[in-house]
Amino acid sequence: MRSIELTRSANPATIFRMRKSGSQFGRRLLLAAPLVLGLATGGCISVKAPDKPIVIELNINIKQEVVYRLAQDANNTIESNPDIF
Amino acid sequence: MTMVSMRKSLAALAATGLMLGTIAVPASAQNRDPAYAAARASGQVGEKMDGYLGYVTPPAPTLRAVVEDINIKRKAVYAEKAQANKATVEEYALTSGCLLIAQTKPGEKYQAPDGSWQTRGNGPPLRDSRCP
Repeated sequence: MRSIELTRSANPATIFRMRKSGSQFGRRLLLAAPLVLGLATGGCISVKAPDKPIVIELNINIKQEVVYRLAQDANNTIESNPDIF
Repeated sequence: MTMVSMRKSLAALAATGLMLGTIAVPASAQNRDPAYAAARASGQVGEKMDGYLGYVTPPAPTLRAVVEDINIKRKAVYAEKAQANKATVEEYALTSGCLLIAQTKPGEKYQAPDGSWQTRGNGPPLRDSRCP
């Protein structure tokens, strides 16, 4: 009983679409699928992967420059405030 | 006009001289709080990477008060100097932390880049890669 019901209900659905109106639309869908998938996965990668490295590298670069720029002044500050350093 | 400007400049000179005098004299005269000096020497407090003092072991309330006071004063100095140098307080404090860790004496504690407390030996300390 079950197998008959399943085949009856399943076959017409797929065959009907493929044969009549769905052939061109199905091809278009198939052609567009990689594009859509590519965009979707590409979007995921471009958002997730660079997120961490870029932030960290920027912080290091900016701060290292700033640290070198501030070093002399900071040294003077430390020397002139011996009570708190 | 010239007399007025002369007077103004003289007054400004005198004012800066007074300010320099009042800033310089206590700075050279004051040294570390004895409680802070003792805690530093015994390794209870150490220099953190971020430019502030940290506790290596849980501090007594009296020591905590002294250290918190110093850290507040440090932050005030960092903030003032950072503004003068067009940097953020964190940047100036981190730079100072680099120098303060470098200036620790053998036996004193400092924070390594991995966050652990280290005892300064005779060699150079473990410091952040950004330190000059």
